Amino acid sequence: MSENNHHISSYKDHLLVLLILIFLTVITVAITSIELGPFNTAAAMLIASVKAAVVLLYFMHLKFDHKIYRITVGIVLAIYAAVIVVTFFDYFYR
Amino acid sequence: MAEHTEHKHEPNYLEYQGKYKGLLGWLTSTDHKRIGLMYFYAMMTFFLSGVVMGLLMKLELIAPGEQLMGAQTYNGLFTVHGLTMIFLFVIPGVAAVFGNLFLPIMIGAKDVSFPRLNLFSWYLYMIGAMVVLGSQFIGDGPPDTGWTFYAPYSLKTNTNVVFAVTGAFILGFSSILTGLNFIVTMHRLRAPGMGWMRMPLFCWTLYGTGWIQLLATPVVGITFLMVVAERTLGIGFFDPALGGDPILYQHLFWIYSHPAVYIMILPAMGAITEIVITFSRKTVFGYTAMVISSMAIAFVGYFVWGHHMYTSGMSSTARWVFSFITFLVAIPSAIKVFNWTATLYKGSINLQTPFFWAIGFIFVFMIGGFSGLVLGSLATDIHVHDTAFVVAHFHYIVFGGTGFAFFAALHYWYPKIYGKVYNGKVANIGLVIFFTGFNLLYFPMFVLGIMGMPRRYYDYLPMFHTPNIISTVGSWILAIGLIIVIVNLLRARKGSGKEIDNPWDGRTLEWSIASPPIVENFEEVPTVDHEAYDYK
Amino acid sequence: METTTHHEDLHRDDTASKLGMWLFIFTEILLFGGMFIVYSVYRYKNPVAFHIAHEELSIPMGFINTVILLISSATVAISISSIQKGDRKLTIRMLVVTLLLALTFLINKYFEWGAKFEHGMYPGSDLMANLSHGDMLFFSLYFFMTGLHAVHIIVGMILLGVSLYKVQKGLVHSTRFALLENSGLYWHLVDLIWIFLFPLFYLIH
Repeated sequence: MSENNHHISSYKDHLLVLLILIFLTVITVAITSIELGPFNTAAAMLIASVKAAVVLLYFMHLKFDHKIYRITVGIVLAIYAAVIVVTFFDYFYR
Repeated sequence: MAEHTEHKHEPNYLEYQGKYKGLLGWLTSTDHKRIGLMYFYAMMTFFLSGVVMGLLMKLELIAPGEQLMGAQTYNGLFTVHGLTMIFLFVIPGVAAVFGNLFLPIMIGAKDVSFPRLNLFSWYLYMIGAMVVLGSQFIGDGPPDTGWTFYAPYSLKTNTNVVFAVTGAFILGFSSILTGLNFIVTMHRLRAPGMGWMRMPLFCWTLYGTGWIQLLATPVVGITFLMVVAERTLGIGFFDPALGGDPILYQHLFWIYSHPAVYIMILPAMGAITEIVITFSRKTVFGYTAMVISSMAIAFVGYFVWGHHMYTSGMSSTARWVFSFITFLVAIPSAIKVFNWTATLYKGSINLQTPFFWAIGFIFVFMIGGFSGLVLGSLATDIHVHDTAFVVAHFHYIVFGGTGFAFFAALHYWYPKIYGKVYNGKVANIGLVIFFTGFNLLYFPMFVLGIMGMPRRYYDYLPMFHTPNIISTVGSWILAIGLIIVIVNLLRARKGSGKEIDNPWDGRTLEWSIASPPIVENFEEVPTVDHEAYDYK
Repeated sequence: METTTHHEDLHRDDTASKLGMWLFIFTEILLFGGMFIVYSVYRYKNPVAFHIAHEELSIPMGFINTVILLISSATVAISISSIQKGDRKLTIRMLVVTLLLALTFLINKYFEWGAKFEHGMYPGSDLMANLSHGDMLFFSLYFFMTGLHAVHIIVGMILLGVSLYKVQKGLVHSTRFALLENSGLYWHLVDLIWIFLFPLFYLIH
């Protein structure tokens, strides 16, 4: 077994998570079909990030795994985000 | 510790015979030590062919005008020289050879976590190498873009860019898998009592390197795939004629290739640390600071790529941001140099060949580092960009850094790898000649760069003649030194092998086992009950 | 993570393989991450062209594929739960469903791409070569990124197929399921990437 005192998610939880994800997808489509100016993209990306977080935490089991996984995932995503920010120091000010 | 441990009844990894004999036994072996040696042999072959290309270029530059070759041949030569040296030698370099050979032993493990994956990495490396070198001979001639493959020229030239880029992609994959393997090994296979803060510092540098390999390599991988797609499918990513932004290519390329410098230099620094400690016979000064500086170099080094692009047309905000972060990365590097010297202070220094190589490393690495400050600050960089100054700088860092460390590590661990001793006197003579040649070869290029001689040309104005002659002569001296060093090591293979389980009085785990190590490294799993460098 | 009880059985370390899979997922994230950087730079530089070009893509099609992938992620997750509970039958059933969903995704993709190809819109075509710069970049990125994503779907299907085979053979079972777990992680990654691809290509406003 991967970890001592292993957590097994129930089928019901998985289905609930799935419903949440589909609901969020519907919301994204709905929100991008109305005019919000620059907030459309922001909203779409925000919802996508929430969906990604849900997949990571529940489907990919991060919530129940050893914390080292959560920490490393966090660090990797932070580094990637920082790379984007630093790249845009060029494009925003060109 | 010092006496010879008698456990010769178990076959060592060099003599061990498994299912297959001879060469096949090596090619199918998942033993980390054999894989390390296979990397070593392949890498030395590529390194020496790269040296030959370098010598030919220097010969061409001995006088203005065409000597040996025309412009196109010269362009192909410096491209393939760069590709060979960067992707086949220095990037895998110290990590793949000495990391594979000694990382598991140093943390008290029998092997890496995924031995078969490890062998697979080696095969990927060989395939990638063949493809890169094949780009020389197949199709429309060797690529002439330089190892950087800058768009849009790499999209327009008729030479064999697709092949070379694909090879680099495969090599990147091999590098990723090695890094992954090392990280998991350090997480999972440390011997009982070997806590994180008891790991030898070489292992820590490999840990940092592994993370850079994982997080930086894929970015250049995808960039190379885009170049291939752009060339073969005619879609637009970087070609300005199709709306692309060639500067974006440079961003993506250097997002990997700058951290790649740290992939080269971190394990090199780690090996130097081991040597400085062992030959000072004194515990390291500031273990924690060394660990933190390794990780800080890996981390900060990820955000300085833009200093390769000051003159590319990037926004000025980005330029000062990158310049600032570049200066930050000097801090952890300097911490390492200070700690090395502080370790030497009041040590009982043992003057042997590996130690001399390590001192040579610190000297040339410092010159390389200081000239890096010239290039890292905006104003001076604009004066010397794309001149011989840059070439001198990165040869001091890459060859002087990684290359010196590679030979230092080789002389340090040679008795452990082969169970043989080499002639120290000849090795020292070789080193002195090599060191002299090295500085004669590259130092004049600083002068040439400041005088304004551009890089990457087969020809130059007569005013640059004298330093170029010195540089070319230096290349010959360096070659002689190299030959002496290598022949000396080759001859030692036949030499004696008595009483050398721990010739330097080292305190890391690899010195507690037989030379050469047995197949499973340790007769029984070691238990570690002291800090990494336990000198009293 | 800090437990070092591995030496008794060097060849069986499930935590190591899981950690290895996570590290590999990181490289995949950065691989697509490189492309997302390219995407965001070009979208920043060509906002109008990207907006107009995206109208060529069918939102219902993208929506259906998103839901398909989400469901397949759930079925994989259920199969991993069920193998640990020892319910082999359910595991097999869920994996078969997952593979069928993956296949459906690819078939949809085939028709989606096929429709573009029929209109003469494919990499290297005359139509595409004559597009304006922004459109050209949009469709280059569209084909390249969804294409690479499809390659990952296929790799994920192979991994899940191997897991399915081993579950049937009884080689993967309630105390030895690392292979299935890691294939599942990979499959979720494929889903994860699509979660971002969908709004970025189909839902630009």
